[in-house]
Amino acid sequence: MTAAVLELRGVTKVYGAGATEVHALTAVDLTVQAGEMVAVMGPSGSGKSTLLTIAGSLEAPTSGEVLVEGTSLAGMSAGDRARMRRRHVGYVFQDYNLLPGLTVTENIALPLELDGVRARKAAEVARHTLDDLGLADHGRRFPDELSGGQRQRVAIARALVGDRRLLLADEPSGALDTQTGEVVMRLLRKACNAGAATVLATHDAQLAAWADRVVFVRDGVTVDQAGPAAGPESLLTADTPR
Amino acid sequence: MSVRHALLALLSEGPKYGLQLRQEFEARTGVVWPLNVGQVYTTVARLERDGLVASDDGEEPGPQKAYRITPAGGEELAAWLRTPPAAEAPPRDELVIKILVAARLPGVDVAQIIQAHRRRLVETMSRFTRLKQDAAEDDLGLLLVADAEIFRLEAFVRWLDAAEARIRHHAHAPAAASATPSPGHSATPTPPNTPSGPARRGPGARATR
Repeated sequence: MTAAVLELRGVTKVYGAGATEVHALTAVDLTVQAGEMVAVMGPSGSGKSTLLTIAGSLEAPTSGEVLVEGTSLAGMSAGDRARMRRRHVGYVFQDYNLLPGLTVTENIALPLELDGVRARKAAEVARHTLDDLGLADHGRRFPDELSGGQRQRVAIARALVGDRRLLLADEPSGALDTQTGEVVMRLLRKACNAGAATVLATHDAQLAAWADRVVFVRDGVTVDQAGPAAGPESLLTADTPR
Repeated sequence: MSVRHALLALLSEGPKYGLQLRQEFEARTGVVWPLNVGQVYTTVARLERDGLVASDDGEEPGPQKAYRITPAGGEELAAWLRTPPAAEAPPRDELVIKILVAARLPGVDVAQIIQAHRRRLVETMSRFTRLKQDAAEDDLGLLLVADAEIFRLEAFVRWLDAAEARIRHHAHAPAAASATPSPGHSATPTPPNTPSGPARRGPGARATR
Protein backbone atom coordinates (compact mmCIF):
# COMPACT_ATOMS: atom_id res chain seq x y z
CA MET A 1 0.00 0.00 0.00
CA THR A 2 1.31 3.45 -0.89
CA ALA A 3 1.64 6.09 1.78
CA ALA A 4 -0.76 8.99 1.87
CA VAL A 5 0.95 12.21 0.82
CA LEU A 6 -1.92 14.33 2.09
CA GLU A 7 -4.41 13.55 4.81
CA LEU A 8 -7.14 15.83 6.12
CA ARG A 9 -8.85 14.58 9.28
CA GLY A 10 -12.05 16.27 10.38
CA VAL A 11 -10.91 19.63 9.06
CA THR A 12 -13.20 22.52 9.92
CA LYS A 13 -12.62 26.17 9.02
CA VAL A 14 -14.73 28.95 10.47
CA TYR A 15 -14.30 32.59 9.47
CA GLY A 16 -15.65 35.41 11.63
CA ALA A 17 -17.65 34.96 14.82
CA GLY A 18 -21.18 35.35 16.10
CA ALA A 19 -23.70 36.59 13.56
CA THR A 20 -21.13 36.86 10.78
CA GLU A 21 -19.71 33.39 11.38
CA VAL A 22 -19.18 31.43 8.17
CA HIS A 23 -18.43 27.73 8.15
CA ALA A 24 -16.20 27.44 5.09
CA LEU A 25 -15.42 23.77 5.79
CA THR A 26 -17.05 21.31 8.18
CA ALA A 27 -15.43 18.04 9.26
CA VAL A 28 -13.72 17.29 5.95
CA ASP A 29 -11.79 14.03 5.60
CA LEU A 30 -9.62 13.54 2.54
CA THR A 31 -6.69 11.26 1.76
CA VAL A 32 -4.56 11.55 -1.38
CA GLN A 33 -1.95 8.95 -2.27
CA ALA A 34 1.26 9.43 -4.23
CA GLY A 35 0.47 9.37 -7.96
CA GLU A 36 -3.21 10.00 -7.37
CA MET A 37 -5.20 12.93 -8.73
CA VAL A 38 -8.24 13.93 -6.71
CA ALA A 39 -10.61 16.60 -7.96
CA VAL A 40 -12.56 18.62 -5.43
CA MET A 41 -15.62 19.74 -7.31
CA GLY A 42 -18.18 22.29 -6.25
CA PRO A 43 -19.68 25.66 -7.10
CA SER A 44 -18.15 29.01 -6.08
CA GLY A 45 -18.28 29.45 -2.34
CA SER A 46 -18.49 25.71 -1.65
CA GLY A 47 -15.16 25.70 0.23
CA LYS A 48 -12.94 24.05 -2.35
CA SER A 49 -10.35 26.84 -2.44
CA THR A 50 -10.26 26.98 1.37
CA LEU A 51 -9.62 23.25 1.34
CA LEU A 52 -6.61 23.78 -0.96
CA THR A 53 -5.11 26.59 1.12
CA ILE A 54 -5.43 24.50 4.27
CA ALA A 55 -3.98 21.43 2.52
CA GLY A 56 -1.02 23.58 1.46
CA SER A 57 -0.63 25.05 4.98
CA LEU A 58 -1.24 28.58 3.74
CA GLU A 59 -3.98 28.68 6.35
CA ALA A 60 -4.54 26.70 9.55
CA PRO A 61 -7.80 24.85 10.17
CA THR A 62 -10.04 25.97 13.04
CA SER A 63 -10.11 22.34 14.13
CA GLY A 64 -9.02 19.01 12.73
CA GLU A 65 -5.67 17.86 11.49
CA VAL A 66 -3.63 18.09 8.29
CA LEU A 67 -0.84 15.59 7.66
CA VAL A 68 1.65 15.88 4.82
CA GLU A 69 3.57 12.65 4.29
CA GLY A 70 2.46 11.46 7.70
CA THR A 71 3.61 14.54 9.61
CA SER A 72 1.01 16.72 11.28
CA LEU A 73 1.33 20.38 10.32
CA ALA A 74 0.00 21.47 13.71
CA GLY A 75 3.10 20.13 15.43
CA MET A 76 5.50 22.05 13.17
CA SER A 77 7.00 25.44 13.86
CA ALA A 78 6.09 28.22 11.43
CA GLY A 79 9.59 27.98 9.97
CA ASP A 80 9.32 24.24 9.43
CA ARG A 81 5.95 24.67 7.79
CA ALA A 82 7.34 27.30 5.42
CA ARG A 83 10.25 25.01 4.55
CA MET A 84 7.88 22.09 3.97
CA ARG A 85 5.80 24.31 1.65
CA ARG A 86 8.82 25.45 -0.33
CA ARG A 87 10.24 21.98 -0.75
CA HIS A 88 7.31 19.67 -1.08
CA VAL A 89 4.21 21.59 -2.10
CA GLY A 90 3.57 23.11 -5.52
CA TYR A 91 0.72 25.50 -6.27
CA VAL A 92 -0.93 26.17 -9.60
CA PHE A 93 -3.38 29.07 -9.68
CA GLN A 94 -5.88 30.22 -12.28
CA ASP A 95 -3.98 33.50 -12.79
CA TYR A 96 -0.53 31.83 -13.03
CA ASN A 97 1.18 34.13 -10.46
CA LEU A 98 4.43 34.35 -12.41
CA LEU A 99 6.77 37.23 -11.65
CA PRO A 100 6.80 39.51 -14.71
CA GLY A 101 10.38 40.79 -14.21
CA LEU A 102 11.93 37.33 -14.28
CA THR A 103 12.50 35.04 -17.24
CA VAL A 104 10.74 31.70 -17.36
CA THR A 105 13.86 29.88 -16.11
CA GLU A 106 14.31 32.43 -13.30
CA ASN A 107 10.66 32.08 -12.28
CA ILE A 108 11.04 28.33 -12.02
CA ALA A 109 14.40 28.51 -10.25
CA LEU A 110 13.12 31.00 -7.68
CA PRO A 111 11.55 28.57 -5.18
CA LEU A 112 14.81 26.58 -5.16
CA GLU A 113 16.91 29.70 -4.60
CA LEU A 114 14.61 30.77 -1.77
CA ASP A 115 15.31 27.39 -0.26
CA GLY A 116 19.07 28.02 -0.34
CA VAL A 117 20.02 26.28 -3.59
CA ARG A 118 22.80 28.18 -5.41
CA ALA A 119 21.63 30.19 -8.41
CA ARG A 120 23.56 28.22 -11.00
CA LYS A 121 22.36 24.87 -9.67
CA ALA A 122 18.77 26.15 -9.38
CA ALA A 123 18.82 27.35 -13.00
CA GLU A 124 20.13 23.96 -14.09
CA VAL A 125 17.30 22.15 -12.28
CA ALA A 126 14.80 24.64 -13.74
CA ARG A 127 16.05 23.97 -17.28
CA HIS A 128 15.77 20.25 -16.66
CA THR A 129 12.14 20.64 -15.53
CA LEU A 130 11.35 22.78 -18.60
CA ASP A 131 12.87 20.09 -20.75
CA ASP A 132 10.76 17.38 -19.10
CA LEU A 133 7.59 19.35 -19.77
CA GLY A 134 8.45 20.15 -23.38
CA LEU A 135 9.03 23.86 -22.65
CA ALA A 136 12.77 24.04 -23.30
CA ASP A 137 12.35 26.81 -25.91
CA HIS A 138 10.66 29.19 -23.49
CA GLY A 139 13.42 29.45 -20.87
CA ARG A 140 14.78 32.88 -21.84
CA ARG A 141 11.42 34.48 -22.47
CA PHE A 142 9.44 36.67 -20.06
CA PRO A 143 5.91 35.73 -18.92
CA ASP A 144 4.28 38.55 -20.91
CA GLU A 145 5.80 37.13 -24.10
CA LEU A 146 3.87 33.89 -23.62
CA SER A 147 0.27 32.91 -24.34
CA GLY A 148 -2.06 32.02 -21.46
CA GLY A 149 -1.59 28.32 -22.09
CA GLN A 150 2.21 28.63 -22.16
CA ARG A 151 2.16 30.65 -18.92
CA GLN A 152 0.11 28.01 -17.18
CA ARG A 153 2.50 25.31 -18.36
CA VAL A 154 5.37 27.36 -16.93
CA ALA A 155 3.43 27.74 -13.66
CA ILE A 156 3.08 23.95 -13.54
CA ALA A 157 6.82 23.61 -14.15
CA ARG A 158 7.46 25.99 -11.25
CA ALA A 159 5.06 24.03 -9.05
CA LEU A 160 6.91 20.81 -9.87
CA VAL A 161 10.54 21.92 -9.69
CA GLY A 162 12.72 20.12 -7.18
CA ASP A 163 11.30 17.45 -4.97
CA ARG A 164 7.61 18.33 -4.90
CA ARG A 165 5.29 15.58 -3.80
CA LEU A 166 2.06 17.49 -3.44
CA LEU A 167 0.59 19.54 -6.25
CA LEU A 168 -2.37 21.82 -5.47
CA ALA A 169 -4.17 23.28 -8.47
CA ASP A 170 -7.00 25.80 -8.21
CA GLU A 171 -9.00 26.06 -11.47
CA PRO A 172 -5.75 25.59 -13.42
CA SER A 173 -7.34 26.04 -16.83
CA GLY A 174 -9.96 28.57 -15.77
CA ALA A 175 -9.10 31.26 -18.30
CA LEU A 176 -7.99 28.96 -21.10
CA ASP A 177 -9.91 27.62 -24.08
CA THR A 178 -10.87 23.96 -24.07
CA GLN A 179 -8.00 22.75 -26.22
CA THR A 180 -5.33 24.64 -24.26
CA GLY A 181 -6.99 23.52 -21.04
CA GLU A 182 -6.58 19.94 -22.20
CA VAL A 183 -2.85 20.50 -22.76
CA VAL A 184 -2.58 21.79 -19.17
CA MET A 185 -4.53 18.82 -17.82
CA ARG A 186 -2.36 16.37 -19.75
CA LEU A 187 0.67 18.00 -18.16
CA LEU A 188 -0.80 17.75 -14.65
CA ARG A 189 -1.68 14.14 -15.37
CA LYS A 190 1.91 13.51 -16.46
CA ALA A 191 3.22 15.02 -13.21
CA CYS A 192 0.80 12.87 -11.31
CA ASN A 193 1.80 9.70 -13.13
CA ALA A 194 5.40 10.52 -12.20
CA GLY A 195 4.40 10.25 -8.54
CA ALA A 196 3.04 13.63 -7.39
CA ALA A 197 -0.15 13.58 -5.35
CA THR A 198 -2.46 16.14 -6.91
CA VAL A 199 -5.51 17.95 -5.60
CA LEU A 200 -7.46 19.86 -8.20
CA ALA A 201 -10.17 22.31 -7.13
CA THR A 202 -12.67 23.07 -9.86
CA HIS A 203 -16.31 23.73 -10.70
CA ASP A 204 -15.72 22.34 -14.18
CA ALA A 205 -16.78 18.74 -14.82
CA GLN A 206 -14.48 18.48 -17.87
CA LEU A 207 -11.48 19.19 -15.67
CA ALA A 208 -12.66 16.99 -12.83
CA ALA A 209 -13.02 14.13 -15.31
CA TRP A 210 -9.21 14.00 -15.59
CA ALA A 211 -8.92 12.95 -11.94
CA ASP A 212 -8.79 9.43 -10.53
CA ARG A 213 -11.41 10.38 -7.99
CA VAL A 214 -13.87 13.25 -7.69
CA VAL A 215 -14.96 14.54 -4.29
CA PHE A 216 -18.05 16.74 -4.40
CA VAL A 217 -18.31 19.64 -1.93
CA ARG A 218 -21.36 21.70 -1.09
CA ASP A 219 -21.44 24.38 1.61
CA GLY A 220 -18.12 23.23 3.06
CA VAL A 221 -19.17 19.61 3.39
CA THR A 222 -18.06 16.68 1.23
CA VAL A 223 -21.35 15.23 0.04
CA ASP A 224 -20.35 12.52 -2.40
CA GLN A 225 -17.54 10.86 -4.29
CA ALA A 226 -17.13 9.49 -7.83
CA GLY A 227 -14.70 6.93 -9.19
CA PRO A 228 -12.28 5.39 -9.45
CA ALA A 229 -13.62 5.34 -12.96
CA ALA A 230 -14.11 2.03 -14.70
CA GLY A 231 -11.83 1.57 -17.68
CA PRO A 232 -12.79 2.97 -21.05
CA GLU A 233 -13.45 -0.54 -22.31
CA SER A 234 -16.71 -0.51 -20.36
CA LEU A 235 -17.97 2.16 -22.75
CA LEU A 236 -18.34 -0.57 -25.34
CA THR A 237 -20.90 -2.48 -23.36
CA ALA A 238 -22.82 0.52 -22.07
CA ASP A 239 -25.24 1.19 -24.91
CA THR A 240 -24.53 -0.63 -28.11
CA PRO A 241 -23.67 -4.29 -27.97
CA ARG A 242 -21.24 -5.28 -30.68
CA MET B 1 -26.43 8.00 -37.02
CA SER B 2 -25.72 7.62 -40.69
CA VAL B 3 -23.63 4.58 -41.49
CA ARG B 4 -24.76 5.18 -45.06
CA HIS B 5 -23.00 8.51 -45.37
CA ALA B 6 -19.96 7.38 -43.42
CA LEU B 7 -19.51 4.58 -45.99
CA LEU B 8 -20.00 7.00 -48.89
CA ALA B 9 -17.30 9.19 -47.31
CA LEU B 10 -14.89 6.25 -47.14
CA LEU B 11 -15.60 5.34 -50.76
CA SER B 12 -15.08 8.94 -51.87
CA GLU B 13 -11.39 8.36 -51.09
CA GLY B 14 -11.26 5.58 -53.68
CA PRO B 15 -12.63 2.06 -54.36
CA LYS B 16 -12.55 -0.32 -51.38
CA TYR B 17 -13.40 -3.92 -50.54
CA GLY B 18 -16.21 -4.74 -48.13
CA LEU B 19 -13.80 -5.90 -45.45
CA GLN B 20 -11.72 -2.77 -45.88
CA LEU B 21 -14.83 -0.60 -45.46
CA ARG B 22 -15.67 -2.29 -42.19
CA GLN B 23 -12.13 -2.00 -40.83
CA GLU B 24 -11.73 1.62 -41.83
CA PHE B 25 -15.14 2.54 -40.45
CA GLU B 26 -14.14 1.11 -37.09
CA ALA B 27 -10.71 2.72 -37.18
CA ARG B 28 -12.10 6.16 -38.00
CA THR B 29 -15.00 6.35 -35.58
CA GLY B 30 -13.26 4.64 -32.72
CA VAL B 31 -14.57 2.13 -30.27
CA VAL B 32 -17.38 4.41 -29.22
CA TRP B 33 -19.36 3.74 -32.41
CA PRO B 34 -19.44 -0.02 -32.68
CA LEU B 35 -21.13 -1.67 -35.66
CA ASN B 36 -22.21 -5.21 -36.09
CA VAL B 37 -20.43 -6.95 -38.92
CA GLY B 38 -23.45 -7.43 -41.14
CA GLN B 39 -24.48 -3.79 -40.96
CA VAL B 40 -21.73 -2.61 -43.29
CA TYR B 41 -22.57 -5.14 -46.00
CA THR B 42 -26.33 -4.62 -45.89
CA THR B 43 -25.87 -0.85 -45.97
CA VAL B 44 -23.48 -0.95 -48.89
CA ALA B 45 -25.87 -3.28 -50.76
CA ARG B 46 -28.64 -0.71 -50.27
CA LEU B 47 -26.35 2.06 -51.50
CA GLU B 48 -25.71 -0.01 -54.62
CA ARG B 49 -29.42 -0.60 -55.14
CA ASP B 50 -29.98 3.18 -54.94
CA GLY B 51 -27.26 3.85 -57.51
CA LEU B 52 -24.99 5.70 -55.07
CA VAL B 53 -22.34 2.98 -55.12
CA ALA B 54 -21.29 0.57 -57.88
CA SER B 55 -19.39 -2.72 -57.86
CA ASP B 56 -17.46 -4.41 -60.64
CA ASP B 57 -18.87 -7.91 -60.54
CA GLY B 58 -21.94 -9.83 -59.64
CA GLU B 59 -20.61 -11.28 -56.38
CA GLU B 60 -22.73 -11.39 -53.23
CA PRO B 61 -22.20 -8.44 -50.88
CA GLY B 62 -19.39 -9.29 -48.45
CA PRO B 63 -15.76 -8.80 -47.49
CA GLN B 64 -14.32 -9.65 -50.93
CA LYS B 65 -16.53 -7.47 -53.07
CA ALA B 66 -15.05 -4.17 -54.31
CA TYR B 67 -17.14 -0.98 -54.32
CA ARG B 68 -16.73 2.52 -55.70
CA ILE B 69 -18.77 5.66 -55.28
CA THR B 70 -20.89 6.88 -58.26
CA PRO B 71 -21.31 10.57 -59.23
CA ALA B 72 -24.81 10.43 -57.69
CA GLY B 73 -23.21 9.07 -54.49
CA GLY B 74 -20.74 11.96 -54.50
CA GLU B 75 -23.59 14.46 -54.80
CA GLU B 76 -25.53 12.74 -52.03
CA LEU B 77 -22.48 12.93 -49.73
CA ALA B 78 -21.85 16.62 -50.48
CA ALA B 79 -25.50 17.47 -49.79
CA TRP B 80 -25.54 15.47 -46.53
CA LEU B 81 -22.44 17.20 -45.17
CA ARG B 82 -24.12 20.59 -45.58
CA THR B 83 -27.56 19.61 -44.30
CA PRO B 84 -28.10 20.56 -40.65
CA PRO B 85 -29.22 17.72 -38.36
CA ALA B 86 -32.96 17.27 -37.86
CA ALA B 87 -34.27 20.62 -36.67
CA GLU B 88 -37.45 19.50 -34.93
CA ALA B 89 -37.71 19.98 -31.16
CA PRO B 90 -35.89 17.24 -29.26
CA PRO B 91 -37.98 14.83 -27.21
CA ARG B 92 -38.15 15.85 -23.56
CA ASP B 93 -35.11 14.50 -21.84
CA GLU B 94 -35.69 11.87 -19.18
CA LEU B 95 -33.22 13.51 -16.78
CA VAL B 96 -35.01 16.84 -17.05
CA ILE B 97 -38.34 15.16 -16.36
CA LYS B 98 -36.95 13.38 -13.28
CA ILE B 99 -35.63 16.61 -11.78
CA LEU B 100 -38.87 18.44 -12.58
CA VAL B 101 -40.83 15.72 -10.79
CA ALA B 102 -38.39 15.58 -7.84
CA ALA B 103 -38.58 19.36 -7.38
CA ARG B 104 -42.33 19.15 -6.88
CA LEU B 105 -42.61 16.03 -4.75
CA PRO B 106 -42.90 16.64 -1.01
CA GLY B 107 -40.39 14.81 1.15
CA VAL B 108 -37.90 14.33 -1.68
CA ASP B 109 -34.33 15.56 -1.24
CA VAL B 110 -33.84 17.10 -4.69
CA ALA B 111 -30.20 17.98 -4.02
CA GLN B 112 -29.46 14.34 -3.34
CA ILE B 113 -31.16 13.23 -6.54
CA ILE B 114 -29.33 15.90 -8.54
CA GLN B 115 -26.03 14.76 -7.00
CA ALA B 116 -26.69 11.10 -7.85
CA HIS B 117 -27.16 12.06 -11.50
CA ARG B 118 -24.20 14.44 -11.41
CA ARG B 119 -21.96 11.66 -10.06
CA ARG B 120 -23.01 9.24 -12.79
CA LEU B 121 -22.42 11.85 -15.49
CA VAL B 122 -18.97 12.77 -14.14
CA GLU B 123 -18.05 9.09 -13.94
CA THR B 124 -18.98 8.60 -17.57
CA MET B 125 -17.06 11.77 -18.50
CA SER B 126 -14.04 10.31 -16.68
CA ARG B 127 -14.24 7.17 -18.77
CA PHE B 128 -14.30 9.17 -22.01
CA THR B 129 -11.45 11.33 -20.73
CA ARG B 130 -9.45 8.17 -19.98
CA LEU B 131 -10.22 7.02 -23.51
CA LYS B 132 -8.75 10.30 -24.82
CA GLN B 133 -5.72 9.97 -22.56
CA ASP B 134 -4.98 6.48 -23.81
CA ALA B 135 -5.75 7.24 -27.47
CA ALA B 136 -2.97 7.64 -29.99
CA GLU B 137 -2.46 11.30 -30.92
CA ASP B 138 -3.30 10.58 -34.56
CA ASP B 139 -6.54 8.74 -33.78
CA LEU B 140 -8.57 11.74 -34.88
CA GLY B 141 -11.87 9.86 -35.16
CA LEU B 142 -11.71 8.53 -31.62
CA LEU B 143 -10.63 11.88 -30.17
CA LEU B 144 -13.45 13.74 -31.94
CA VAL B 145 -16.09 11.26 -30.84
CA ALA B 146 -14.81 11.28 -27.24
CA ASP B 147 -14.86 15.11 -27.23
CA ALA B 148 -18.42 15.12 -28.51
CA GLU B 149 -19.56 12.73 -25.77
CA ILE B 150 -17.74 14.76 -23.10
CA PHE B 151 -19.35 18.03 -24.23
CA ARG B 152 -22.77 16.39 -24.39
CA LEU B 153 -22.43 14.98 -20.85
CA GLU B 154 -20.99 18.25 -19.57
CA ALA B 155 -24.06 20.09 -20.81
CA PHE B 156 -26.17 17.94 -18.50
CA VAL B 157 -23.83 18.50 -15.53
CA ARG B 158 -24.01 22.25 -16.10
CA TRP B 159 -27.77 22.08 -16.35
CA LEU B 160 -27.88 20.13 -13.04
CA ASP B 161 -25.67 22.81 -11.40
CA ALA B 162 -27.97 25.53 -12.66
CA ALA B 163 -31.07 23.57 -11.64
CA GLU B 164 -29.72 23.04 -8.14
CA ALA B 165 -28.92 26.73 -7.72
CA ARG B 166 -32.34 27.70 -9.04
CA ILE B 167 -34.18 25.26 -6.79
CA ARG B 168 -32.22 26.46 -3.75
CA HIS B 169 -32.93 30.06 -4.59
CA HIS B 170 -36.59 29.22 -5.01
CA ALA B 171 -36.73 27.43 -1.66
CA HIS B 172 -34.95 30.29 0.11
CA ALA B 173 -37.42 32.87 -1.13
CA PRO B 174 -40.85 31.29 -0.57
CA ALA B 175 -42.56 34.62 0.04
CA ALA B 176 -41.57 35.97 -3.34
CA ALA B 177 -42.46 32.71 -5.03
CA SER B 178 -45.97 32.61 -3.58
CA ALA B 179 -46.72 36.33 -3.78
CA THR B 180 -48.05 36.14 -7.31
CA PRO B 181 -49.71 32.77 -7.67
CA SER B 182 -50.04 31.74 -11.27
CA PRO B 183 -51.12 28.57 -13.04
CA GLY B 184 -48.29 26.08 -12.89
CA HIS B 185 -46.90 27.46 -9.63
CA SER B 186 -49.66 26.21 -7.37
CA ALA B 187 -47.64 23.28 -6.08
CA THR B 188 -45.25 25.47 -4.07
CA PRO B 189 -45.82 24.24 -0.51
CA THR B 190 -45.84 27.64 1.19
CA PRO B 191 -48.22 28.45 4.03
CA PRO B 192 -50.47 31.37 3.05
CA ASN B 193 -49.76 33.42 6.18
CA THR B 194 -45.99 33.50 6.09
CA PRO B 195 -44.86 36.65 7.89
CA SER B 196 -43.50 39.21 5.48
CA GLY B 197 -39.94 40.44 5.66
CA PRO B 198 -36.56 39.07 4.63
CA ALA B 199 -37.20 35.50 5.79
CA ARG B 200 -34.07 33.94 4.36
CA ARG B 201 -35.04 30.46 5.43
CA GLY B 202 -38.68 29.71 5.08
CA PRO B 203 -40.36 26.52 6.24
CA GLY B 204 -38.96 23.50 4.46
CA ALA B 205 -36.34 25.66 2.78
CA ARG B 206 -33.51 23.35 3.77
CA ALA B 207 -35.16 20.44 2.00
CA THR B 208 -32.72 21.03 -0.80
CA ARG B 209 -29.74 20.28 1.40
